[in-house]
Amino acid sequence: MTEGKLRKLILGDTQANRVVPPSGFTAHLTLFVSGAMAFLAVFALALSMASGRLADQWASELARAATLRINAPAEQRAAQTEAALEILRQTPGVATARALSGEEQATLLAPWFGSSLPVGSLPLPQLIEVTGDDPGYDAAGLRLRLQAEVPGAALDDHTRWRAPLVDAARSLRKLAWVSILLIGGATAAMITLAANAALAANAQVIEVLRLVGALDSYIAQAFIRRFTLRALSGAAAGVALGMIGVWLMPEASDEGGFLTGLGFQGWGWLVPLVIPVLGALVAFAATTRAATKRLGALS
Amino acid sequence: MIELENVSYNYGGGELLDAVSVQLAPGSFHFLTGPSGAGKTTLLKLCYGALMPTSGRVRAFNMDVKGLDRDQMAHLRRRVGVVHQDCRFLDHLPVIENIALPLLVSGRELTHEEPNLRELLNWVGLSERAHALPPELSGGERQRAALARSVILSPDVIIADEPTGNVDWEMSQRLLQLLLELNRMGKTILVATHDLSLIRAAKNQVQARVLRISNRQLQLAGADL
Repeated sequence: MTEGKLRKLILGDTQANRVVPPSGFTAHLTLFVSGAMAFLAVFALALSMASGRLADQWASELARAATLRINAPAEQRAAQTEAALEILRQTPGVATARALSGEEQATLLAPWFGSSLPVGSLPLPQLIEVTGDDPGYDAAGLRLRLQAEVPGAALDDHTRWRAPLVDAARSLRKLAWVSILLIGGATAAMITLAANAALAANAQVIEVLRLVGALDSYIAQAFIRRFTLRALSGAAAGVALGMIGVWLMPEASDEGGFLTGLGFQGWGWLVPLVIPVLGALVAFAATTRAATKRLGALS
Repeated sequence: MIELENVSYNYGGGELLDAVSVQLAPGSFHFLTGPSGAGKTTLLKLCYGALMPTSGRVRAFNMDVKGLDRDQMAHLRRRVGVVHQDCRFLDHLPVIENIALPLLVSGRELTHEEPNLRELLNWVGLSERAHALPPELSGGERQRAALARSVILSPDVIIADEPTGNVDWEMSQRLLQLLLELNRMGKTILVATHDLSLIRAAKNQVQARVLRISNRQLQLAGADL
């Protein structure tokens, strides 16, 4: 498309626009549907970005954190803990290793047992919090060494429950992308139907224009411009409302777990602004296709 | 200008026109007559490419109409002014914009054409009605508006289908005068009509040839009219 044609499409030719009679009802429907689709797209996009973020975060945090549990008779517990800490300090790739205090362990159990239970009197295993360095440590090697030297130790590097969580977050992101594609496809289908309806409703106008020597491109442009601008403005309104909706959602918090923080962060707020542009492009392509097909079928 | 060579046309229910040949020379004035349903409108449509012949060849401005693509056809329509039987206006636009429509769709700058447009409106006597909508016009006004629209691009050929079909005698005389004036300006004119008195009135003022369709054939009518 040449620059002149593009300018004409955007600015329009007020005379040429009047050639096709205004169509109030379908215009409002197009605006409404593209707005609604854009609104949904904003949420799908927020979901995809948030789940992507969660997946990455979980994958890296959980990969580095591990727990060492020391199940030993009370009299040996302190000695075994000390031995395990010593081994951990010598293990390359372990950044920190710290035995949890009695109070910390009590806090961890409080949600299940309540705070009134004298946790200190229970034969609880000792927990050691292990944080790995970036390249990480050799979990299998560490396990073998612990087995030999600290018989009561069990290393839990969280892989067991990390993998399904990360998988879940990743499939959530995939689903969100599929939703965005479906929304785009549904928008294209809707605009095609609306454009076909408009072309059919204006068959007489098209006939008169052909009779006085209008090129197909001239006739098509009148329709394409309308639908493109309608989709653009409808989607812009939908995106604005959707972004307000996302903005009003609660901030990420520890209490809310992963259900909060489903919004955009930083530059991410700019991404939904692409939706109206994409909506307009989809409308442009759909109307062009519908108009070319329909005009080609006329005599 | 326009040449039909052994043209036949078949609506699917039988031959309407059979081996019709005619030549519209530059500056000529032709009437086309014949009973209703004989194929007058069909013959006109063949001339401006709205219909394609079943067999034979139609040439317009030395181009075979059959070989034209849609854009070339649109350009051909700009060179042939057509006054349709039912006028065909855009009913949501005022008369003046309907008359200017061919200028608009061919990408001409309307502001430059404003004086021409006014003059043309004046010529067909519609200056007062310029801003009326087509459905508000009388039959004669519609025909004159259609004629104005057909000539605005200054075409070489003007084809009119029953331009006096819905108007009284006085108005048909007025339309005839407009067509005769165009012919004097060198335009090729083809008018389909069943109004023999109109043809007689014209024959006093112009060297008009009368073509008659009968029995699927086109004949040159004699001087008996």
